[in-house]
Amino acid sequence: MAYSDKVIDHYENPRNVGKMESDDPHVGTGMVGAPACGDVMRLQIKVSDDGVIEDAKFKTYGCGSAIASSSLVTEWVKGMTLDEAAELKNAKIAEELALPPVKIHCSVLAEDAIKAAIEDYRGKQK
Amino acid sequence: MNLSQNYFELFGLEAGFVLDRALLDTAFRELQKEYHPDRFAHKGDAEQRQAVQNSTHLNTAYETLKSPLSRAQYLLSLQGVLTGEESRKQLPMDFLMQQMELRETLAEAPEAADPFATLEALESQTVELEKACFDHFQVAYAGGDLESAEESVRKLQFLKKLLSEIEAMEDRLDEEF
Repeated sequence: MAYSDKVIDHYENPRNVGKMESDDPHVGTGMVGAPACGDVMRLQIKVSDDGVIEDAKFKTYGCGSAIASSSLVTEWVKGMTLDEAAELKNAKIAEELALPPVKIHCSVLAEDAIKAAIEDYRGKQK
Repeated sequence: MNLSQNYFELFGLEAGFVLDRALLDTAFRELQKEYHPDRFAHKGDAEQRQAVQNSTHLNTAYETLKSPLSRAQYLLSLQGVLTGEESRKQLPMDFLMQQMELRETLAEAPEAADPFATLEALESQTVELEKACFDHFQVAYAGGDLESAEESVRKLQFLKKLLSEIEAMEDRLDEEF
């Protein structure tokens, strides 16, 4: 199966790979996995006091599409409010990366990861 | 061949996770002989097609029951529980974190002081985790706790992938040294 140019670009030059301090009250961590392919994805956001995502980092062990999906999401959510980021849909990720049907679940994983990170952050604010 | 029988019924075995491998192998070989397409070579087209279909069904059934993980998945599917990628349920955070750490150890193994010892330790740790998950599945399934049994299967899918990646890394390092 051939990867699209955008997937290859994110795979070869992943943006925002790294780790944040998960105990930091400004950091939200989303940890998800896809049993069928054994992929694991960690996506973290750093949120300002007024609810804007200032920074995002990820680490993904998985196929090129899973890496590209999470890399793309970290690029997109920077500067978004939490509400905007929570609206991010996997279909948009799949469309941007031109993912074939068998790789759609990678974009679903990235959507679940950002949602989990937002939920983790919001849980800390209570 | 009665295609509406489940795989356990097909081989005359009791449906369950614990399985007598020798009984499975014997039943498989007998059915293989009985349904071998060569025996239908002199028959008409429809019967030959049927023979090929039966033989394929038989092989699928055997392979499914032979591997513990696919056997566990099959048992759940008989109860209407699917464990494929249609499930978006997430595993507990501590399990995913552990998977992440194990993957990190694997990725950094080539730079470790003793890469092969690192991989070997990682492999035995993963095999231990796998064994614990199978034990857990067995107890949960036998006790009718399908939700917990399904969670074990999902964990086992990660561990299987991890083991195959460890082996791939070992092969890669073998070639380099």
